This record gives sequence, C-alpha cells and structure tokens, in this order.
Amino acid sequence: MNGAAPQTHPSAGRVSCSRLALSGRQRTLLTAALAALALGVIVAAGVLLPDTRLATDLGARNQAPSLANPFGTDWLGRDMLTRTARGLTTSLALGMAAASVSALLALALGMAAATLGKAADAAVSWLIDLFLSVPHIVLLILISFAFGGGARGVIIGIVLTHWPALARIIRAEILALRGSEFVRVSRRLGRSNLHIATRHMFPHVFPQFLVGLILLFPHAILHEAAVTFLGFGLPPHEPAVGIILAEAMMHLSTGRWWLALFPGLALLAMVRAFDILGDNTRALLDPRTAHE
Amino acid sequence: MSLEARAVGFRYGSGPWVFRKFDITVGAGEMVGLLGPSGCGKTTLARLLAGHEDPREGRVLFDGAALPRAGYCPVQLVSQHPEHAVNPRWRMRDIMCEGWSMAEDTMEMLSIQPEWLDRYPSELSGGEIQRFCVARTLSPSTRILIADEMTTMLDAITQAQLWRAVRETVDQRGLGVLVVSHERALIDALCDRTVALEAADAPEP
Repeated sequence: MNGAAPQTHPSAGRVSCSRLALSGRQRTLLTAALAALALGVIVAAGVLLPDTRLATDLGARNQAPSLANPFGTDWLGRDMLTRTARGLTTSLALGMAAASVSALLALALGMAAATLGKAADAAVSWLIDLFLSVPHIVLLILISFAFGGGARGVIIGIVLTHWPALARIIRAEILALRGSEFVRVSRRLGRSNLHIATRHMFPHVFPQFLVGLILLFPHAILHEAAVTFLGFGLPPHEPAVGIILAEAMMHLSTGRWWLALFPGLALLAMVRAFDILGDNTRALLDPRTAHE
Repeated sequence: MSLEARAVGFRYGSGPWVFRKFDITVGAGEMVGLLGPSGCGKTTLARLLAGHEDPREGRVLFDGAALPRAGYCPVQLVSQHPEHAVNPRWRMRDIMCEGWSMAEDTMEMLSIQPEWLDRYPSELSGGEIQRFCVARTLSPSTRILIADEMTTMLDAITQAQLWRAVRETVDQRGLGVLVVSHERALIDALCDRTVALEAADAPEP
C-alpha cells in the first residue's frame, strides 16, 4: 500500500499555504464591509466637517491641494474637501430616497404584472418597454424639468425612470414561481393567494429586490449629478457634486485642475463602492454562490 | 365517495393529444393501480385528477361535483420529485404543517425523526423529504391520494415504509389511493385492481 503515498488530499496544498487565507465567503463579506465603511466615511465627513471651512476666505483663494486643504480651495477660498463631502452626502440622501421609492415601485408593478392576470401583465410590460425605449437621461431631464427642478424634480425623475429593469426581473421571478410545484401544492392544501404571495413568493424575490435596490443607488446618484451638472437639477446654492463639477468647468482652462479632479474621483469612488456592495450582497444571498 | 374521471383528454396547446376519452374511478378504501409505459401521460393524468391542471375535454368529478377551486382539496397528489414539491427556503416543520397540524402517530408511522423538523430541504435526502410530502397529504380531510411514481426514486426500505403507512391509512379510515407506476410488480403487490393507460393515437404527420 506504499504506492498510495504520493497521493495527497486535494485541499492539503491550500491548507498549508497560509493561516490567514480567507474563504470566498469571508472575502466577500470583507469586501462588502469595506465598501459599506467607505460610504460611512463619506457620510461622516459630510456631517462632521465644520461649517467654518465653507466660509468665504478671500485670503486663501485658488490654493492647490495642501495638507491644510487636501482637495485645494476654490475661487472664494472655500475648502474643496468639505464641499465635496457635503455634496456627496446630499447626493447620497437624494439617491437613497429616489432609489428606494423606485425599487418599491418596481416590486409593486412586477408583482402586479405576474399575479393580476393577462391584462395587467400586458399593461405593465408595455410600460416597461416604453420607459426602457427612451434614453434615461432624456426622460429624466424632461420629468425633472416638468416638476420644476430642484430636489423634488430630481427625485421624481429618478423614481419614474429607474424602476423598469428591476420590475422586469421581479415579474420574471414571480412568473416562474407561480408555475412551481410547491406553489401549486400550497394552493391545493387550501392556502390563500395572500399566504402564497407573502410566505412563498416574497421571500424568494426579496434577495433580488435588495440587490436591485443597492445597485440602483449608484445609478440614481450618477443621474442626479448629471442632471444637476446640466442645469436641470438642484439649484446652485445646494452643495451637490453636479453643481461643483459644473462650476469647476469654468475654471479648468485656467489650470485649477483640482476643482474638478477630486470631486469627480470622489463621486466615482462612491458609485464604485455601491457597485461592489451590491455585487457582494448578491453573491452572499444567492444560494449557488453563498457557500463558496 | 369517489373520484371519477369521465372521458378526459389532454394536450399541450394545439399539439397532439396525450390521451383522450379516458375513464377511471377510485373509490373510498380501495387502492387502484394505473399502469402505462414511460411517456404515455401518467403524470399528466395524475395532475388532472388532483386539480393541478384542467382537462382539455371531459370532466374530473369528486362525489359528483367538480373539484373545489379554493380551500383544501380532498384529492391530493404526491409526485415523483419531492425536492420540487417543497419550498427550499422553508424549514421542514413549516412544510409539514402547511396542510394540517400533524398527529404524532403520523410522524411515527412514516419514521420522521424529530431532529429533521428544524432542517431545510437541502439538508435532507430525497427519501426523507418524500416522507414529509406523504405526511403532509395524509390529513383527515384528504379522501383520495394520487401517488404518482411516489417511491420510484427511493431505496427499498423507504419504499416499504411509505407504502405500509399508506396501506394502514387506507385500512383505518377508507382513504382511496391511485398508485401510478410503470412497475407491474409494485402495482400487483399493492393494488386491488389495475387500469392501463395507453397513449393516444400517434400524432398525425
């Protein structure tokens, strides 16, 4: 039986590698936690940085990044780090409000399409196609403009333009569930439609709903910034990233690169953090990848 | 009290008929075998009889009336694939109690271990889940049980235990059972009489 000696257990190599080696699940959790932490830091900075740093200080105008002002100062001597943090916090709040309402709308319409019969399904599917066939940003500008701009206009615009993709996913999930055997069995065991919807269907679509919601945030934030940048969103006195970037455009040609670079990078970092959070949440919730 | 199918026929969409003009009756306290080769429509017929699907022609009657649309259906179906018949996100305790609050002797009769109750379906074997699926349908409100290849995938011991439990229920309170199988030996051993299902005529070219 000595001939069996060279055979080693398949996992032997991995075990001896490192004690710090994390399982896939732990790595996913860690990444998600780091992304959440990054978002927490942005919010904390927006709330904790003092108002005095936003005061006009004509003695400290147009300063390049330094230790005192890591993101530099603008043409009125305001600290760009504080302005960026405030702007991102505003974007985050707007994005959360808009994405949450949009996701709830998607859930309601998706469930209605799948459970209320053919006419409802046709109507909702038609609406989904209609909204998906027009470019987001055009529709968003029109809706935002029609509702008078400002935070309200932007939120309504984002809510009305971002639900179709998630609604389509939820509709498809529920259609598949309706035909599944355990739902048929439940019905023959005398259970009501309400019981089937709340106990069988909702728990099944909840992970999709949650991941869809998290992945809606970056969309909502980017579109808020875009609409505001184009002048159809928040008014200029609100501390929004879109406003900061639009103002910075006027000063780019004069060599003040820091006015646009840092707020732009911070916006990208926040959007990416949400993307990572969403993808990792999906990996954790999906039974096929949850144990990897 | 009996379950009766009168001249039922079924086809998917406008495809060829799976079967037509088929009659069958299952009475209280009897075990009837339904034999037929693979693909002849046994499972489809079982689903029609249990009300999971509507026949395209003919009628399925329980005590002379159509099967109830809502509420507990007196005709219950146990299918071949237990893992599809349970919600993968539920614990076995909830699955078992979905139809009725089960008596302990039913659990004993089917050798369901108490420690299985807190597990998820993915943590049990097919045979173990199938015991729950059978237990779930043996409520006193069930008058007819359709067992569609109920034990085909299971080992011999589990098969014997499940059929003994069903037989006991038949003898005790007059449950009627339709045993759907392609195994003649099983049906000969269990059933009082046998009905053969033959596929409809070959589809027109």
